[in-house]
Amino acid sequence: MRHTLSVLVENRTGVLARVAGLFGRRGYNIESLAVGTTERPEISRMTIIVDGDNNVIEQVMKQLHKLVEVIKINDLTGEEYVNRELILIKVTASTEQRAEIMQIVDIFRARIVDISGKSLIIEATGDPKKISALVEALRPFGIKEVVRTAEIAIVRGSQLKLD
Amino acid sequence: MTITGAEALVKALEMQGVKVVFGYPGGAILPVYRALKDSSIEHILPRSEQAAAHAASGYARTNHTVGVCMATSGPGATNLVTGIATAYMDSIPMVAITGQVSTAMVGTDAFQEVDTKGITLPITKHNYLITNTDDIPRIVKEAFHIAKTGRPGPVVIDIPKNIAEAPCKAKLDPPLDLPGYKPTYKGHPSQIKNAVNLIEQAKRPVLYIGGGIINAQAEPLLVQFAEKQQIPVVSTLMGIGVMDANHPLYLGMLGLHGWPAANMAVNNCDLLLCMGARFDDRATGSVPGFAPNATVVHIDIDPAEIGKNAPSQVPIVGDIHMILTELLHKMEACDRSGWLKELEPYRAMRDKVYPQDEDPNKLTARAVMQAISRITEGKAIMTTDVGQHQMTAAQFYEIQKPGRFISSGGLGTMGYGLSAAVGAQMAAPNDLVICITGDGSFQMNMAELATAKEQRLPIKVILFNNNCLALVRQLQDTYCDAEYYGVFMPGNPDFIQLAKAYDMATYRLTENKNMEETLREALSNDKLTLVECVISEEDMIFPYIRNGESINQMVMAEEEMKNRAKRKK
Repeated sequence: MRHTLSVLVENRTGVLARVAGLFGRRGYNIESLAVGTTERPEISRMTIIVDGDNNVIEQVMKQLHKLVEVIKINDLTGEEYVNRELILIKVTASTEQRAEIMQIVDIFRARIVDISGKSLIIEATGDPKKISALVEALRPFGIKEVVRTAEIAIVRGSQLKLD
Repeated sequence: MTITGAEALVKALEMQGVKVVFGYPGGAILPVYRALKDSSIEHILPRSEQAAAHAASGYARTNHTVGVCMATSGPGATNLVTGIATAYMDSIPMVAITGQVSTAMVGTDAFQEVDTKGITLPITKHNYLITNTDDIPRIVKEAFHIAKTGRPGPVVIDIPKNIAEAPCKAKLDPPLDLPGYKPTYKGHPSQIKNAVNLIEQAKRPVLYIGGGIINAQAEPLLVQFAEKQQIPVVSTLMGIGVMDANHPLYLGMLGLHGWPAANMAVNNCDLLLCMGARFDDRATGSVPGFAPNATVVHIDIDPAEIGKNAPSQVPIVGDIHMILTELLHKMEACDRSGWLKELEPYRAMRDKVYPQDEDPNKLTARAVMQAISRITEGKAIMTTDVGQHQMTAAQFYEIQKPGRFISSGGLGTMGYGLSAAVGAQMAAPNDLVICITGDGSFQMNMAELATAKEQRLPIKVILFNNNCLALVRQLQDTYCDAEYYGVFMPGNPDFIQLAKAYDMATYRLTENKNMEETLREALSNDKLTLVECVISEEDMIFPYIRNGESINQMVMAEEEMKNRAKRKK
């Protein structure tokens, strides 16, 4: 099963290598990993999507806990949370096709951020399913390039404390 | 007056109580050596960095302190790696300090540059590359704290040359601030209650103990607990020495070369109390076949060990010293004579493990180990290398004092024994230190004889020589249809001549006659001593468990002979 782990770490050089290395050498399957600073500059948050049964997830969390620079880990999977990805899609678009594409963009509440003679760049955020659906909807027009971020997530309502 | 980073580093080491550093100098660590010269710390120069790390490990294990080793950048650091990995696998507290090229050169493939932090990432509890001189006092303090608390382990500090040379303005004793590092010491009360209930109800409980007991210095409590509850004890290689080998409740080492009583007790138990052990594959054999009818209580300070290799019904994370104290306090004495009697026949099986019909004058490693047990009364500090001799020592050395069996368990590092003996003898100058080794292992770090000579360490090296890597030969016998390959060492030197070159006292044993007298003389010698015991390459370690089988499926000498006869037909 897919799990979303929200991991608070000390914002120091080498922490990402430590976390990523751990997944590799213990044979855990990391699907996506996003890192960014939090409201406190000395602390970063990693959102890690990992696939595995409960035993694997338990080991992942315990092994992560052993890293000195890891402060707190939350498995969001069972909780109410908002998760988002950001995607930039460069799609082939002749002048005749533009209207149709713009309709799709509207439906997905995406935005067109650049137009050139033969293509458009579309920006969208959303949960991974919506993003994938958008990609499929645009595929018939000819996708030239896709840049997609890892997923980030935040718990609804009460905030996760840093300490 | 401002001091340099190197001086701050050395002062910080002094403040941590460091008395001895095992190190090998070089260009990048030059400033640290300059500062070390003016300090109260004694520097020991082994003949390779790997030996420095093993010596620090032997020192740490003998003195229950943090061992410190040091090396320069590049090859110095990579030579340390095997020693660091050895310490990591056996949870030995160690701080390894490595020089690094100057920060401006880092990443340029400079002379003797290697990414020490990257290389040691998976084999350390934590590691640092210092990028700011003012961080030095904090990092040293953190490193020692991390190395010795919780589940102990090695910590690497990589210090670039220019960082060591720059002035350090930071306070030498900064407060500890490690928000992500909080080991659990107190066991969860409801889980302890569950364990108490299970122990009270158990008819056939077994204590399965490991090196965690020694790290927590909880040996007397464990013995008290076993005695009060009348629970038989089996030990991993790392747990050897927790129990007096002759204690009536002690069944010996379990596992792939474990005694029948230990393996069968685990096989037949209804409650397995695992304390400070980690269900290592050499102890468990097939995991589903390990204690198949037992409820498992797993007590360890490292939460990640629980459920890693084997499932447990009652996990308790915490300091075994505190948990045993609580268990002792909460539990009434108990009689389990029925269960103990049930195990007696398995104890008697011990006599059938090895061949019975050998020439009485044939020298065997086990006879030598038994003689050493008698002569030393089990009170010597024993270091071992890795191979058949290690298993013989684990099986036959009747240790009577805790924490005195120093062997590479998890990583199985050949070359550990003599280097660790140097560290052990430095830590305990007045104790008898014996290094049990084989011709294969001995030659891996043989140069340490020079370190021992230099420091006037009266280490007793017992060298079992069969001109063969006999444990590998045994594996080829079992798994490769006796197609021996790459295991014979006809080029071995005359070890007696070699030892004489180091001014050692030398003895050579080839038969059982006069063996004990010779050993007695050798062990009472106050010189660095070599006893070469010439044994047969065909001797095997019994019992053994075939790959994938359970630990109750032990192959002993008699069965082995039958198998061989069949094979010949």
